[in-house]
This record gives sequence, structure tokens and C-alpha cells, in this order.
Amino acid sequence: MVNWPRIRRVLPGAERAEPPGPVDASALQSLTERLEAASQVRLGRSLAIRHVNTGSCNGCELEIRALNGVVYELARFGLRFVDNPRHADVLLVTGPLTHTLRQALEQAYDATPDPKWVVALGDCAVDGGVFKGSYAVLGGTGMGVPVDLTIGGCPPSPERILSGLRALLEANRA
Amino acid sequence: MTSAAVSLIQSAIMEPCQPWARYVLRWEQWGTLVEMLATEPLTLLAAWADTVQVHALFDDAETGTILPVSVAVEAGTYPALSLRRAEAVWYEHMIHDLWGHRAVGGAEIKPWLDHGNWPITHPMAPRPGPPPRVPEPPEFRVLEGEGMMQYPIGPVAPGIAEASHLRLTLRGDRIVAAEARLGYTHRGTLALMRGKPARTAARFAARLAGDATVAHSMAFALAIEAALGVEIPPRAIALRSLMGALERIATQLDILTSQGALLGAAAIQGRCGLRQEHLRRAMAIAFGHRLMMDCVVPGGVAGDIARGGVAAVRQALDAVAREVPDLRRLYQGPAVSARLCGLGRIRSGPHPVQGDTDARTRARLDAIANDVDIAIRGLDRLPTEGLSVSMPTGSGEGLAQCRSARGEVWHWVRVDHGQVAAIFPRDPGWALWPLAEAALRGAPVADTALICCSLGLPVSGLDL
Ligand code: SF4
Repeated sequence: MVNWPRIRRVLPGAERAEPPGPVDASALQSLTERLEAASQVRLGRSLAIRHVNTGSCNGCELEIRALNGVVYELARFGLRFVDNPRHADVLLVTGPLTHTLRQALEQAYDATPDPKWVVALGDCAVDGGVFKGSYAVLGGTGMGVPVDLTIGGCPPSPERILSGLRALLEANRA
Repeated sequence: MTSAAVSLIQSAIMEPCQPWARYVLRWEQWGTLVEMLATEPLTLLAAWADTVQVHALFDDAETGTILPVSVAVEAGTYPALSLRRAEAVWYEHMIHDLWGHRAVGGAEIKPWLDHGNWPITHPMAPRPGPPPRVPEPPEFRVLEGEGMMQYPIGPVAPGIAEASHLRLTLRGDRIVAAEARLGYTHRGTLALMRGKPARTAARFAARLAGDATVAHSMAFALAIEAALGVEIPPRAIALRSLMGALERIATQLDILTSQGALLGAAAIQGRCGLRQEHLRRAMAIAFGHRLMMDCVVPGGVAGDIARGGVAAVRQALDAVAREVPDLRRLYQGPAVSARLCGLGRIRSGPHPVQGDTDARTRARLDAIANDVDIAIRGLDRLPTEGLSVSMPTGSGEGLAQCRSARGEVWHWVRVDHGQVAAIFPRDPGWALWPLAEAALRGAPVADTALICCSLGLPVSGLDL
């Protein structure tokens, strides 16, 4: 894994990581409630995230990649991306759910061990966005698998994505 | 000198398409043209259809003439371009999936966008058909041979990527053959755009490809404006060109960031990522959106550059300009250049993908430097007047081109009383993916992601 603090020392303009902004309060509230209601096992103090693209325009990916880069330094929040859904706690889903990718989403969901969280990221994943009603699109992520958290925006900014993911972590620690 | 193929095309019936007339060939003329393509140096830029005709877009490299040509669909068929042009194959699949027109005499028609699980078939046809009884999962050429192994990647691809499927045939750790299957992210964009007023349809053009949203929005707007004979004011032209350059720089940096990560070169990854992020923040200050989505609209631009935007963009660009020499140096480092030289070589292809991974990287860095110059010059000389004009509700046909970080974006559009009657956006990905299949052949399987990344393969723009 990349050691950003070390890299940062030699990068002009990147001396500090972005100061952490506020955690999304309303998301935190509903997640905590849901967690308690389900009395689920705690996931631990870090979260492994698997990104699943269900038909995105690559705009949401761009912002996730930015979040995963030098400026935001996800690792200090205990967030990291993994390639195998079997190693994931969170599925971060982007794009409207196309008919063609529904099965792939379901397979990723089934492969992810419990307890797991599904985050629908971006207006498209929330409810289909502008592609709602298309013959090729079912709608949002929720049309394929149960969704725990939605983060709107087209695309949501890295700050907003981070705030949502940190809400998951906080709920998880509560 | 005009070639025989060009003379043939120009002898056909002309349809008014702005600024390049479209020629409607009779069946036998089209057939002759296809035969001529065996030797004629015409570049096929795109092929698409509407409900009654199939269209192709050629570039005559010798004279720099752009030639849109068409043929009427007869009994649901048209003469295949793939008979003489392999790059037409995916277009023919797409045309069949969307409109139901079947190319005859060429490559076998295979499902491409339609994987058999839409609720209808041929969604762009006047009367779409019922869904197939059983979905048709992708079929791949299976190469038989001793020690050969199939290695599928995707459609949920590793990393934070687009959804595509790559089927590799391996012998040991070497790639013997690579076959791409796309269409997973097809969202039905063309059907959503059809029948909508230009300004509404522009929102879909902007969402064809997130990292080329300005390029697609601009090509769409230019095509509409050409169709309706609209001239946009000077400040709008300058701001569009500025946004285009900024987007290309940011996307090149995004590609180089991912490439740095794949190389395990944290300094490259860090520097490119940081510059990209600062640039995107400047773009947000200047234009209100980090990707500048929906900022270019038919008739001009959605809004002026914000107060403070000029300074923010200038600062971010200066930082990129200072970074480029360092990036060149980092890429020339022995470990990195040893990995890239000779890898994923493409013998002939559109600039900037020609050559090996090393050459492509240098071309991207050159492109960044060039676009920084364009953007800075643009910032220094912004005309004072005019952000947009209102769009007339006329009719017409237009064709336009715009540069994106990955290559040329083309949009063809037919407007009927201000509404989009027919549309085709040609993403540069159509030309890149077939090259990837060639570039991967013979490479170590461990370098698959690196080669694909260096080609900058987009997905959603050609999945439509
Ligand atoms: S929400 Fe916006 S950026 Fe994200 S996939 Fe949809 S259109 Fe693209």
C-alpha cells in the first residue's frame, strides 16, 4: 500500500492531508438505528470496500479514485479498497442498475460475507438518475440488492463520499 | 488528387448536412464502395443508423475531407462494411442490436449491446420486438490447444473501473489472444435523447462519459448549432475551448495517476493525483462543477466563469506546468521505463495510442503540456461579450467533432422543429478497444491492466 505521509513530504502543495470534515449526521443517525435494530455484529474499526459499477458513466468512479488518492488519504480513517467481494465489508455501487449488470451485482452481494453494507453512490445508483425509465435500466441499486446508505450527487464530491463512508464507520463503532 | 472512392461518393445524391454534406448511395454504389475500401485509404470513423438508413463516416486522410455516407435499408438489410473493414464489425453488431438492421455479406452478426435481458429487442426500431425467451450470455472464441487456458476479467473489473469483460487466452503467463465484450453499461442513451428538445437532450450527451463530459457536450452542441445555423458568441467559444483543455488535462492526469498506481510508482501516482485534484477544485470554483458537467450547452455555455475562477484555474495550471518536467524525469527512471518500453505495442493506430506504453505515456505528457498552453492563452484573452444565444426551433442536420483526452469525439444529429429526431455520438473508445485486443497479444498477463490503462480505454461512451 502507498505510504502517503512519506510521499507527501516531498510533494509541494500536499504537505497536509485534507482536514476531516463533518460526518454526515442524518446518515449516521439512520445507520445507527438500523445497526441496533438488526443487532448485527460489529465490523471492527476498519472497513474494506469493493466498488461495483452497475452502469456508470465513469464520473462517479473518477471521484472515488480522487478520494482514494493522495489528498484524502483514506487509510487514516480505516477505509480501504479491495478487489475481491469476499474480503469486503462494504459494496460501493455506482451507476444506474442496468438489466445486463443486475446479475453481477447480485453475485458480488452474495459473495460478500455478513455483516455487509451496500452504499448506493451517485444519483444514478440512488434511483436511476437521468436514466430512469430507460428500457435498459431497472432503476437504482435498490432494484437489485438491499441498500443501507445513499450518497446523492452527479457525481458526489470526494468530500461528500468520504463523509458518507465515515458515517458508516461511526455507526459501526457505536 | 481525388481518389476513386471519393469520386464515387461525391457522385451520389447529396443530403444537406452541415458543415459536411451527406451522400446517399444506392445499394450497388455502396457495394462498390465497400469493395474499394480494400485498397482505398479512407478511414472509417463511425457507422450507425436511423430507422430507414445506415450511415458511415469516412475521413479521407489524403485531402482531409470528411465524408458522411448513407445507404437505404432494404428488407431490414444493408451491405456490410465489415467485408473490407474489420473495424466496422462492432458497429454492425450495435446497429443490429439497436435498430434491427442486419449487415449482409460481412462478419457474422453477434449480440453486442443487447445481452438478451432487456424487456424489448431493437429499441430504436419503429416497432421494437419482444424480448428473447432466453438471455444470450456472451460467447467467446475458444482457442483450443495444448496448455491453453481461459482467463476472464470482469464485468465487475478489479480496481475502481468501468464494467467490461476481457477474455484472455493464456499459454503459461503469456496472452495468446484477447477478446473484449462490452455493452454491460448500456443505458439506452440514444432512445432517451430522441424526441427531446436540444437543451434537455444535452444532459444525456453530458453523461455519455464522465471524463469526457465537456467533449461530448461540446460535440453535441456544435452538431446542433451546425444543424440549425446558430452562431455562438465569442466569450462562449473561448470558455468552451478553455473547458475542453482543462478536461483533457484532468483526464490525462487521471489516466497517469492510475498508471502510476499500477506501476507501483507512488511518486508518479501522488503527483498526478494531486495536480488533478487541485485542477478539479479550480474547475469547481470557476464553473461550479468539478467535472464541468452540463456547463457546455447548445447555444453557448451554461454560465460565466466565476469571479476568482480565472485566478484559481491559472494557479492550478501553473502547478501542472511545473510538474510536467518532473513527471518526464520520473517516467525516464530506469525501473519505470524498463517496464514500459516495448510493452503493448501498437503498430498503426490513431495518435496518441500508437507505439508502446512508453510512447503513449510520453504522448500524454506532451498533450498535457500543449493543453496547458492552450488553456493559459485562453485565460489571458477571454473576450468580454456573450455567453449564449437562444436556440431556434428549426430543423436540420449537423455533424461536429471535438477533441477529448482519449481521442476524437464526433456527434451527428438530426433536428426536427428543435427536437432531436436522430442522434449518434461516436466515442473514441470505438477505435481504441480493437487496438487493445492487438496490443495485449503476446504480453505477460500480469501487465494486462497496465496496457489497458495506457490505452485509456473508455467504456460507457461506446456502451451508449
Ligand atoms: S450519478 Fe452522474 S456521475 Fe455518477 S454515474 Fe450517474 S451520471 Fe455519471
